[in-house]
Amino acid sequence: MSDEPIIKFDKVVKRFGDLTVLNELDFEVKKGEKVSIIGPSGSGKSTVLRILMTLEDINGGVVTVGGEPLWHEKAPDGSLVPASETHLRKMRTQLGMVFQQFNLFPHMTVLRNITEAPVQVLGLTKQEAKQRGEELLELVGLADQAQKYPHQLSGGQQQRVGIARALAMRPNILLFDEPTSALDPELVGEVLNVIGKLAEEHDLTMLLVTHEMRFAREVSDRVCFFDQGRIREEGAPEDLFTDPNEERTREFLQAVLDN
Amino acid sequence: MLFGIAWDTSSGWAFAVSILPILLIGMWVTIQATVLGFFIALAVGLVWAALKAAPLKIISWPAAVVTEFLRDTPLLIQLFFLYYVLPEFGITLPAFMTGALALGLQYSAYTSEVYRAGIEAVAKGQHEAARALNLSGGRTFTHIILPQAIPRIVPAMGNYLVSIMKDVPLLSVVTVLEMLNVARIIGDRTFNYLVPLSMVGALYLIMTLVASAGVRLLDNWLPKQGIPLK
Amino acid sequence: MDWTQYLTPLTLGAWVTIELTIYSTVFGALLAFAAGIGKLAHNPLIRAISIGYIEIFRGTSLLVQLFWLYFALPVAGQAIGIDLRLPPVAAGVLALSLNIGAYGAEVVRGAIQSVSKDQYEAARALNFTPRKTLWRVALPQAIPEMMPPFGNLAIQNLKDTALVSLISLSDLAFRAEQLRNFTQDSTTIYTLALLMYFGLALVLTAMMKLLERFVGRWRAGAR
Repeated sequence: MSDEPIIKFDKVVKRFGDLTVLNELDFEVKKGEKVSIIGPSGSGKSTVLRILMTLEDINGGVVTVGGEPLWHEKAPDGSLVPASETHLRKMRTQLGMVFQQFNLFPHMTVLRNITEAPVQVLGLTKQEAKQRGEELLELVGLADQAQKYPHQLSGGQQQRVGIARALAMRPNILLFDEPTSALDPELVGEVLNVIGKLAEEHDLTMLLVTHEMRFAREVSDRVCFFDQGRIREEGAPEDLFTDPNEERTREFLQAVLDN
Repeated sequence: MLFGIAWDTSSGWAFAVSILPILLIGMWVTIQATVLGFFIALAVGLVWAALKAAPLKIISWPAAVVTEFLRDTPLLIQLFFLYYVLPEFGITLPAFMTGALALGLQYSAYTSEVYRAGIEAVAKGQHEAARALNLSGGRTFTHIILPQAIPRIVPAMGNYLVSIMKDVPLLSVVTVLEMLNVARIIGDRTFNYLVPLSMVGALYLIMTLVASAGVRLLDNWLPKQGIPLK
Repeated sequence: MDWTQYLTPLTLGAWVTIELTIYSTVFGALLAFAAGIGKLAHNPLIRAISIGYIEIFRGTSLLVQLFWLYFALPVAGQAIGIDLRLPPVAAGVLALSLNIGAYGAEVVRGAIQSVSKDQYEAARALNFTPRKTLWRVALPQAIPEMMPPFGNLAIQNLKDTALVSLISLSDLAFRAEQLRNFTQDSTTIYTLALLMYFGLALVLTAMMKLLERFVGRWRAGAR
């Protein structure tokens, strides 16, 4: 883990109509760091990931990824102007995302879901992509499901395909947007196992929005508690979970852990 | 000269202006045929819908086959059939009436589906509620189901009204002097088809726009939760 | 005259009807995709052309369109010194395709818009270009949605081919009319013609159902 931040939010503002979701958010993630974001719903957790994945734009501030502004480009005179689609496409190559609802392509087989973007976007040959896809299916424990369609898999299996699909693009940063929230309780474990294995074995930078407190505690280097569009408190998991400084954090943890 | 109105071929514009009143006379026939055909379609379609909903297969099946047949065969042939075959059975109707009847019959197949879908969408659940309240079958239909089905039915029927309007030009083949036929006659006599046929196109655009806007207004005006019938 | 003697001329006409239906359904489908996608384009000119085409051909009568192409277009061509006289078969296929294409375009647009936002987000996260998102992600999912309305349009198109008999193309309707003129046996001839159209419609419906199953074979419950 190096010290330079790979992700940096500098006074980032995001509004939906009258609602301010991110209120001058300052936030940094170091290269290789595994960060969990927790907090009540509507606190802007997922918005942070969606901004990074360029699914939502920003209304103020600057987001930097790998030292380069994400939503801005440097004009010839050095000032920052809103990013073009070309710039966004270049920046997006660093990022991958795992969605709450999996968002697999229903009309493609499992293997095709994983190989389609490497072939169409990265320009890999079908053979290279297939090999990469099979390795990743091995990694997520679904090597025998390659020729099935998503609707033939369980939710947990679909989400593991979702992870493999994101990894196939070889991102530096992997974003997990509540990856287990849509799953039946008995299927949560298999997905968390895969994420845990990734966290252990890879130097990927990982950003995880989750309600699985125990897992967040096990897997992350740092936990951020989001509340009302800002980071209310952050720290090492053992500190934040056992002895939070803020009353709001304590209340929140009390409420979720009681459930 | 047509309908006692002469045209002026001195220039394109003068020609267009002079034939507009003639085309409008044809348009009036188009509108009359549309409305008459539409009401026949509404009435006959309701009969089909009732027959298709009959519990006896010996009634519902033939009704389903007949409506499928009406829907899947060309209006033009149905029109010829009525025009040439009905007189053989001693039924002689004016061409306009035959045309409106053909339109009405073809579209009755479509409207019967609208009735069926509209009533079915409401009937589920509501039937049981009505039975729980001990309402009779007839009262359930007129007081509970129909008022709720009407707001679903009206917009779809409105779209068929517009479709019927666009099919009226077919009536020209049995000598009905609707707008397209009038334009063709003008074209035949002046050797200028471009102006009258383009004007018919433009007038059609206006008619369908107005009719569609009317349907939308009616749809917005109808209360979605249903119309209470006294 | 024995009714079997009508069968040969009517069958000849039915072949013309089948050919017209195939040509105009295929061309109509191409137009439907072009205009349906065009209506969703970012380029305002492409959007305006698509909307103009769709509105004009949905807003006017097919028979008006057919007569315009067959009778009025040559006059317009004369005025600008180009020979725009179309042979009946070209005018017929063109009018039918343009008409059905305009209705189909709305089906295509609606189906593309019905693809969920999640799918577009996944495609964006995987860095697909907008074009590849359309072809690789949106259309394959939208096409099965289009099939039931396309089936209805194909039947509509089959029925509409009867109109070309009015510009003297010898299709089934034309042959029936010719026979009636000749024999005055209208009941038999029109009954046969109606039954033949009905048979064609049933075959076409079955074919569209097969096509629907084929393009949606990946769907849940499809197998």
